Amino acid sequence: MAFPTPRQLTAIKAVVFLLALLPFGRLVFGAFTNGLGANPVEAITWSTGEWTLYFLTITLAVTPLRRLTQWNWLVRLRRMVGLFAFFYAALHFTAFFWFDHFFNVPEMLKDVARRPFILVGFAAFVMLIPLAATSTNGMVKRLGGKRWQWLHRLIYLIVPLGLLHFWWMRAGKHNFEEPLIFSAIVAVLLLLRVVWAWQKRVKEPAAARRPA
Amino acid sequence: MLIPRKPNGIDRPFPSEITPRAVFESRRSFMRQLAAGTVAAGSLLEMASRQAFAADAPNLQKLAARRNPSYVVMDRVTPYTDATTYNNYYEFGTDKSDPARYASVLKTRPWTVAVEGEVKKPMTFDIDTLLKMAPLEERVYRLRCVEGWSMVIPWIGYSFSELIKKVQPTSNAKYVQFVSDADKSAMPGLSYPVLDWPYVEGLRIDEASHPLTLLTVGMYGEVLPNQNGAPIRVVVPWKYGFKSAKAIVKIRFVRDQPATAWNMAAPNEYGFYSNVNPHVDHPRWSQATERRIGEDGFFTPKRPTLMFNGYSQVAPLYAGMDLRKYF
Repeated sequence: MAFPTPRQLTAIKAVVFLLALLPFGRLVFGAFTNGLGANPVEAITWSTGEWTLYFLTITLAVTPLRRLTQWNWLVRLRRMVGLFAFFYAALHFTAFFWFDHFFNVPEMLKDVARRPFILVGFAAFVMLIPLAATSTNGMVKRLGGKRWQWLHRLIYLIVPLGLLHFWWMRAGKHNFEEPLIFSAIVAVLLLLRVVWAWQKRVKEPAAARRPA
Repeated sequence: MLIPRKPNGIDRPFPSEITPRAVFESRRSFMRQLAAGTVAAGSLLEMASRQAFAADAPNLQKLAARRNPSYVVMDRVTPYTDATTYNNYYEFGTDKSDPARYASVLKTRPWTVAVEGEVKKPMTFDIDTLLKMAPLEERVYRLRCVEGWSMVIPWIGYSFSELIKKVQPTSNAKYVQFVSDADKSAMPGLSYPVLDWPYVEGLRIDEASHPLTLLTVGMYGEVLPNQNGAPIRVVVPWKYGFKSAKAIVKIRFVRDQPATAWNMAAPNEYGFYSNVNPHVDHPRWSQATERRIGEDGFFTPKRPTLMFNGYSQVAPLYAGMDLRKYF
């Protein structure tokens, strides 16, 4: 039952870390080799946005996967995946701030305030910041497990906002294929939680009688 | 203006940016050829900039056209590869690389364009007739996409008014509608209900008659590549790019403002007029600035968008109109 041993877990983490860096590496390589097409700026903005959504979805998938497979060690990877979601979200925001507004703060804020589509994405990014900032063991201790958990439930707001941002972007062109797939997956991941919470409530008295 | 203002790289170009030396010199030889009475085959000016890409460009038929000096801009011409690999043409897919990927299977011969409706002489033109109907001109136009990017393209064609003269619209003809090809066997994008197919676009008759409105059959000295709207399209440079219908099969002269594809899909985002206007934002982004493809990169801010894309000569067409309302 010793899978994974601490050494194996370290190896798994290293592999996940490197895989998660690949999209970033591809962008950097493309930027230097003229490999991002006619509009490299747009390619970077879109790619980082998409990878933010991928990583957010993966963090939401950890708990259901763990329950279904009994692979409890999966949760040990979640912090890293979550931080990668923040990493790509920060790159996505930087691309917007840099390429769209050339670091002009008032212009950027005006844009955020005037366009619901951007506001929603911006709000999701801002909410990710405290989650990333409290991701260390020290911060978990300082906050206390309960409060930390409550704070990190923000993710249930962040992901739908991120999806709405994506949905909105595609809406103007009636191009809903990808937003639909994303939303369906996220809906399943969230619904599983609702179902399990409900089952727990129903079964609680019976479970309490059972010997541990 | 008496005092010359400093160049800013936008409407007042930096001297170094105006024309590359090789191109400039080839223009001189072009002028000499003209003077000598020879008809230049294609534009030497763009041939110079094409050479770098000749290796990966398909072999398209050269088109003899004379550059019309009234329609030249001081901006750098967009590299051919960018102009032919990055554009919207939803019949081939929603990704901007889809047209270049899929359009090659479209058959552009035989091809006819039916002109009907409020005209004294309804006609069906063969594409080869249209190619010879008026002298081909090369015109370098700015192209501003509604998405916030822009290019500078040397088109080949002639004023759409030449066709108008041939078919003689009646006094009832107040608008012109363009219908694009919808060929299921060649256009994978048609299976997605993104727009109501076929793609339709339209202009008011005075807009269509304006000399800037170009019936276009080529670019960069050659016939149009399929992904850019072959074999025939219009180019309306003071409007957002989607107003310039591609692969036209039918032209209708009509009494009432015709339906247009993007307006039907999202009436609050895309108006019938869709003139380039830095003061009227798209609901989801600002139209005040644009990114010039092939030029504005990581270290340059976006450039200001010009009213009517810099074609202020069309302003009288809209005198007294509230362009916020008629966006």
